[in-house]
Amino acid sequence: MKTVTVISGKGGTGKTSLLASFASLLDNKPVLVDGDVDAANLALITGADILETHDFSASKVAVADPAKCNNCGLCLELCRFGAVAGDYSMDPVACEGCSFCAYACPEGAIEMRDKVSGQWFVSRTTYGSLVHARLGIAEENSGKLVTIVRNKGRELAEGEKKEYLLIDGPPGIGCPVIAALSGVDAALVIAEPTVSGLHDLERVLSVCRHFGVKASVCINRYDLGIEQSKQIEEYCLKQGLVMVGKIPYDRAFVEAMVQGVPVTEYTNGALKDEIVAAWKNFINHPAIF
Amino acid sequence: MNIAIASGKGGTGKTTVAVNLALAVNQNNLDLLDCDVEEPNAHLFLKPNFDFKKEIGIPVPVIDLEQCTFCGRCSEVCAFNAIAVLKDQVMVLEELCHGCGSCAYFCPERAISEHERPIGILESGSAGNIKFGHGCLNPGEAMSPPLIDAVKKMSRPGRVTIIDAPPGTSCPVVSAVNGCDYCLLVTEPTPFGLHDLDLASQMIKKLDIPAGVIINRSDVGDGRVEEYCRDQGLPVLQKIPFDRELARLYARGEPVVLNSPRWQKIFEELFRRTAGNCKGVSRL
Repeated sequence: MKTVTVISGKGGTGKTSLLASFASLLDNKPVLVDGDVDAANLALITGADILETHDFSASKVAVADPAKCNNCGLCLELCRFGAVAGDYSMDPVACEGCSFCAYACPEGAIEMRDKVSGQWFVSRTTYGSLVHARLGIAEENSGKLVTIVRNKGRELAEGEKKEYLLIDGPPGIGCPVIAALSGVDAALVIAEPTVSGLHDLERVLSVCRHFGVKASVCINRYDLGIEQSKQIEEYCLKQGLVMVGKIPYDRAFVEAMVQGVPVTEYTNGALKDEIVAAWKNFINHPAIF
Repeated sequence: MNIAIASGKGGTGKTTVAVNLALAVNQNNLDLLDCDVEEPNAHLFLKPNFDFKKEIGIPVPVIDLEQCTFCGRCSEVCAFNAIAVLKDQVMVLEELCHGCGSCAYFCPERAISEHERPIGILESGSAGNIKFGHGCLNPGEAMSPPLIDAVKKMSRPGRVTIIDAPPGTSCPVVSAVNGCDYCLLVTEPTPFGLHDLDLASQMIKKLDIPAGVIINRSDVGDGRVEEYCRDQGLPVLQKIPFDRELARLYARGEPVVLNSPRWQKIFEELFRRTAGNCKGVSRL
């Protein structure tokens, strides 16, 4: 089994649309993981029949009991996260869950309570099993939730003897991205040919290098920035990275999304050919797998 | 007055709005802070001269083994499993440490001090009248909120501060948006845009921040985002149609307001409407 994470650094480059398209091209249906637990969108294209729902609880939150509090102010003094208000009540959004205040309170007036920060799901879709999640609004620990869905996806893919586990990564380079890249065989970076896109590509590639993940690049909407596309190609050449394809800008991406299908199911023209070619270049390249 | 520019979905045009808004207003008391420390981009468009640079870190424990009795109290109070105490050794897993300071406080032998583990760089400078600041998270680093907080601390009272937030709705976004007077939510009229706008709108409601919506590439997709805004009572302050010329300028890092008097007017007007809706307007 091969595990592939599709990432981008910059948001909105077309990760999810392309991943859904790649999935639709496979005869042996893959297992899909939506690793963007903050703003999970893959199911909007693949659809999802939810088979299993699980609570995600990875952190604790401080709750003060005003009846026991003697207003000594120690919690306010010690908290480094600005979670204690002037009246010694606790702000659950700012609370980091470190328990410092609870251990230190001389009156034992602070309790650490488990916090359900989200849910994760196993679903059936037209394009294979999907493991996805919904992190609660303004919640933390997205990296841990990504790890849960990634591990569940791996377990399903191994159990069902799948050829591919495809992980849709979150934007950025922080903790959820690191979790989405952990232990995968290869990363496919969807780059946007803009000054931002090039800058973010370099940063996300350095994260791949840092963790020893082999990365290849696919440019999306390459014709909206011909000059920047050339720069990305030159950059990849210099870095010894495989460029698997260049996908043109096409309104069909959005039209397909509105219909709730991968763009490869929506159109049969040149656009589909480019996507098929990019995927084939990726999986057949000797330097990648 | 702090105005945050946010969006659940990435790539909807937050940075474009933040930079063009700042340039269109271009007044002496305006600051632009890029709080997307994972992928900071505003400087590529604003092209500021940086004159200040500082390493930002979080405090992590250092154990003095001469003093340590291996009692294990530090490990017991650590909520993040960042300290393991063995028979004659203490292991500190710095990447897991959130810097709360609990271990040092509770060590009965006072054997724990703290040193700063660098997580990124804070930089500031100016572009014309605009003061600019951003943070750059070190690649491989997971902990972004302390760096975002450091960028936000550059905001000064009595000034208009535009804050470019990271995408999403979890801790880094909350760090960037919390405490702002108004939030501009940038979206696109697609199913992804709608889904993530809904999440972002729930987030700013939870943080009790008034918001308006900007619909980017407004002629591509469907009409459900506008319907949603009507239902939720979210004002649509600006619609920006897809335009190849805009996309080309953006690709090259050129802010549209510097190339077009028409867009200059549009962003000036957007600022007026935003400031008018802002709960902190009296502080202007």
